Amino acid sequence: MPPAIEFREVFFTTPQGRVLLDKISLALEEGTTTAILGRSGSGKTTLMRTVNRMVEYTGGDVLIQGKTNRDADLIALRRGMGYVIQETGLFPHFTIERNVGLVPEIQGRPKLERQTHSRELLTAVGLTPETFASRYPHQLSGGQRQRVGLARAMAADPPILLMDEPFGALDPLTRAEMQDMLRTLLQRLRKTVLLVTHDLDEALYLAHRIVLLGDGKLIANLTPQEFLSSSQPEIRSYIQAFHRGERDPAGSNPQGVQP
Amino acid sequence: MNSFFSQYGSEIATLTLEHLWLTASAMLFAAVIAIPAGIWLTRSPRWANPILTLANILQTIPSLAMFGFLLPLPWLGDRAARIAILALTAYALLPILRNTYAGIRNIDPSVIEVAKALGLTNMQRLFKVELPLAASFILAGLRTATVTCVGIATIAAAVGAGGLGELIFRGVASVDNRLVLAGAIPAALLALAADAALGLLERHYRTPRQQPG
Repeated sequence: MPPAIEFREVFFTTPQGRVLLDKISLALEEGTTTAILGRSGSGKTTLMRTVNRMVEYTGGDVLIQGKTNRDADLIALRRGMGYVIQETGLFPHFTIERNVGLVPEIQGRPKLERQTHSRELLTAVGLTPETFASRYPHQLSGGQRQRVGLARAMAADPPILLMDEPFGALDPLTRAEMQDMLRTLLQRLRKTVLLVTHDLDEALYLAHRIVLLGDGKLIANLTPQEFLSSSQPEIRSYIQAFHRGERDPAGSNPQGVQP
Repeated sequence: MNSFFSQYGSEIATLTLEHLWLTASAMLFAAVIAIPAGIWLTRSPRWANPILTLANILQTIPSLAMFGFLLPLPWLGDRAARIAILALTAYALLPILRNTYAGIRNIDPSVIEVAKALGLTNMQRLFKVELPLAASFILAGLRTATVTCVGIATIAAAVGAGGLGELIFRGVASVDNRLVLAGAIPAALLALAADAALGLLERHYRTPRQQPG
């Protein structure tokens, strides 16, 4: 069976000639979650956006279930993928129920079916439909909005989910709740997930594979265990930078080293 | 006073209707031109500046001069109402065009991004997301344009297009303030009524937003 998503030497330069993706090759097996890590500007989001062609790559190929997405029908391609971003992008003039049911609505599914399905999805992401279905996005907290964004992404039951820093704007407690919810959901639904994140712990907790990008190049593609035990300098420095606060809380000197 | 109304009452009513008709036709033409043009500008933003500047220039032509310019033109000059409607349409373009453009451009970019990424077609994005979210902006533009046009339409009487301006001009010529007021008051009331009605619509379509704080 072909991988759910395969990048083959994907290359992207801006019209000004800046190389944002430098021949990235990577395969995502069906039903797995892959986290993409890297510093800001490393090309994480750009790589994710080549999958649904929100970015038109300039070289190489992106294959979805073995077929290039280069000449796929853009609308059909995008409807086959859930899309979740940090800002949620909920439609402010629609109720929560209509936000969730929008993709089925544009696919022309009957209203009753849409309503039932929206309510099931709201329950699945931990929101009581009786309370939330008729509310508007501005009446929800950040975490609740993100849950709605996730429910909407799954409304057409797409096999692939693209997530760009979905929990990046949430406080640590809410973020942990969301990660738990997503993990449970993904174990049940077995979607192929491409998760762009800054959060190493999130990547380790949710992903089967961890990909590290640097300056548009693929630096590593490892399992979480391999990633943690890797001796590759780029990986070591990424891990160290991330965990610096834990080793040295608030500038204290736990090792007792004399100044 | 009573004798004034019995003498001019039906004329005031006719001229009010005429005034309304001139303004409404111009608004209809202007909306049909400026709303699609505003949408098109959001798709081709490099044209936005030149087109908005052009509409701006149209707006600055003194209205009496504009009516005068159009008078000698063939076909148009045959019927004064045509001139009036064309001139009023030109004045109404800018507020509608500008607000349609700004209303769509001001939508939260993440909303547009998600609309594209979820696979909405261009038309679905326009009708389900962009126009509803820009509706209060567009209505605000229509409101400004309508109020402006009700005022400018009084000057259309100068080229014989009728409307309430006729009473005003006659009143000025005959130094009869009652006639001036008989034209000016209904015109002001029309403007206020249009302003209030469109203002209600505008508030109705305002998008619910998070209260600050």
